[in-house]
Amino acid sequence: MADFINGFWNAYVMGLVGLSLLFCLFVLVSNNKREKGPVELHGHVWDETLAEYNNPLPRWWLFLFLGTVIFAVVYLVMYPGFGNTKGALGWSSVGQYETEMRAANERYAPIFAKYQGMDVAAVAADEEARGAGKRLFVTYCAQCHGADARGAKGFPNLTDTAWNWGGEADTIKTTITGGRMGMMPPFGPSLGAEGVKDVANYVRSLSGLAHDSLRAQRGAEVFQQNCVACHGPEAKGTQAMGAPNLTDGDWLYGSSEATIMETVDKGRTNRMPGFGEFLGEAKIHLLASYVYGLSNKPAAK
Amino acid sequence: MQSQATYNYNVVRQFSIMTVVWGVVGMLVGVIVAAQLVWPQLNLNEWLHFGRLRPLHTNGVIFAFGGCALFATSYFCVQRTCHTPLFAPWLASFTFWGWQAVIVLAVITLPLGLTTGKEYAELEWPIDILIAAVWVSYAVVFFGTIAKRKTSHIYVANWFFGGFILTVALLHIVNSAALPVTLTKSYSAYAGVQDAMVQWWYGHNAVGFFLTAGFLGMMYYFVPKQAERPVYSYRLSVVHFWALIFTYMWAGPHHLHYTALPDWTQSVGMIFSLILLAPSWGGMINGVMTLSGAWHKLRTDPILKFLITALSFYGMSTFEGPMMSIKTVNALSHYTDWTIGHVHSGALGWVAMISIGSMYYLIPRMYGKTQMYSVGLINAHFWIATIGIVLYIASMWIAGVMQGLMWRATNPDGTLTYSFVESVKASYPFWTIRLLGGVMFLTGMLIMFYNMVRTMAGEKAYEAPVVAPAAAHA
Repeated sequence: MADFINGFWNAYVMGLVGLSLLFCLFVLVSNNKREKGPVELHGHVWDETLAEYNNPLPRWWLFLFLGTVIFAVVYLVMYPGFGNTKGALGWSSVGQYETEMRAANERYAPIFAKYQGMDVAAVAADEEARGAGKRLFVTYCAQCHGADARGAKGFPNLTDTAWNWGGEADTIKTTITGGRMGMMPPFGPSLGAEGVKDVANYVRSLSGLAHDSLRAQRGAEVFQQNCVACHGPEAKGTQAMGAPNLTDGDWLYGSSEATIMETVDKGRTNRMPGFGEFLGEAKIHLLASYVYGLSNKPAAK
Repeated sequence: MQSQATYNYNVVRQFSIMTVVWGVVGMLVGVIVAAQLVWPQLNLNEWLHFGRLRPLHTNGVIFAFGGCALFATSYFCVQRTCHTPLFAPWLASFTFWGWQAVIVLAVITLPLGLTTGKEYAELEWPIDILIAAVWVSYAVVFFGTIAKRKTSHIYVANWFFGGFILTVALLHIVNSAALPVTLTKSYSAYAGVQDAMVQWWYGHNAVGFFLTAGFLGMMYYFVPKQAERPVYSYRLSVVHFWALIFTYMWAGPHHLHYTALPDWTQSVGMIFSLILLAPSWGGMINGVMTLSGAWHKLRTDPILKFLITALSFYGMSTFEGPMMSIKTVNALSHYTDWTIGHVHSGALGWVAMISIGSMYYLIPRMYGKTQMYSVGLINAHFWIATIGIVLYIASMWIAGVMQGLMWRATNPDGTLTYSFVESVKASYPFWTIRLLGGVMFLTGMLIMFYNMVRTMAGEKAYEAPVVAPAAAHA
């Protein structure tokens, strides 16, 4: 892709860069006289005592300056930089990226490919594969889910048995490949502050947390009218749409009355990016097996 | 030979005092953010969070401390070397009160989270307009004074001050161009990679002109004054002045290596950053060589120690800078604490040391004296500050190189050897050493504050009579 919208800007950049380099040479050459005899004061005096000698430019410094200018010219010949010129080496940052990625793929792809034919449960049980899976996880997933995969507020814990979208091997793979977009709409406007508090108390009662029973009773009605479409009549959630089970004691954002009220009031939008294109099937297979293994310990089987 | 008129010392005195005051404040905030990195629980609430205090620290030390030092020294130097009082003294007074208002507004708005999000240009548009007004007034006062000078030639320090004032006006106005939405919110006039490029064109020239050219002006007045020796080479000052101001303009893209910035722009930024090495060293040579014939004074004069150490750090960081702009070096150093170390070797070693030395020369003269209350305390300040800087820079170098190496380390299967948080954990010891260095530097500033108060105690403000210029070609 051309960097300039037309030839004028190309010429403009060439002109400015060229003139700047020439200017550096000009100030150097035009001030490089070396008089014989002792160095004298330049002649002017300011503020009673301020005067200037007129020593010649130190030679080593002059050569240092010239050296950097020569380096600059050579660099512009070899690399893109002088307007639209491509440089004698034909280097580009996109080219370097592609070359390095190709080399890395050739080198590393076989390491991951060998697990691709194996069943997820089998890969999860393989110690060597678990090591590679963990390294992939720490590289690509730990930023959100934590190096120990225990998650954080808003980022699911992957080591327990509670799954928003499902914990089967294929579902985990789908999640990693395509990402997930979880969205709970805000109910504050339709329920009002009291309705929100009632339903929050009902939700807390589902997992045996302390609650106001009168409010929970009213909240149950509100729940039946507003929440069952996604969370189901028994509030056990619907994994197909990522609606969490509200009875299992597992909380993505927190179980306090205030947090649940915030969730109901404002809704929640949460997104996991898809890694399919970025990582490729082989790595995702290994990663999915690792995540699967976190809550399906081979020893427990 | 002396006339009745006096130089305008009032505005110089005001700026000098506030230099020390804002120095203490800005560095205190620096120590707080350094402590927050060591003890994250010190992020007490949103107003005192690292993300909001860090721009307060940078604005405080660069524009409050550094800015006041530049105003004070340039107003002092331009009057004395032009042998005439300041042009438009009321406008000079406006620059003082206007600049203090800018700083106070920054202290209020930054912790509140009101920011443009542009590094070193965080202040929102109404404050930007006030800055522009102050800066244009500054230019009028400075160049007005140059215009009515009584000497035929303009002294070299004034070239640098003048270059700095003109360029900062240009940089500030172009980079701050924005579309206001409300009183406290605006959107940049630029988008995408153009926005990034304008920002770093501004950002690096803020270093090049605000933090370099301006302070070289300071150096060209106070080093020969304190050493009582002529400047080493007029010719060298001509070459390095023009080369410096010509090449600095190009260096910004080295902040955007390996980004969406086009390859040619990155290349041009890199080569001109490398060319900058020699012009920068020209200033160092001219300052240090001015001491030839007066080296013995370094043993006894702590002010000269400050000035010459500042030049040494200037030389060191202007060598380091071009090296870091080389793309392969940058691939390791970028985004690590090495950058923080580099900035502070310039900011503490060069900018703060040259300002502190100059202030120790200037402050007693504002009260008709030639020496601070205690020379011993200046000496103590020098040593505690120098050791503080060394601790700071050395710990950041080690932390930075370590982080860079950890981030790029890979396992035999191509995955990363370390997670990011492991590099954070490994940095803690060095962040603690950095905090110690910062505390030492702040302690030095507190000593200076005490020394200044004792120097001023019981003294009347002094206005020196204007000196007639010496006959040319004496």
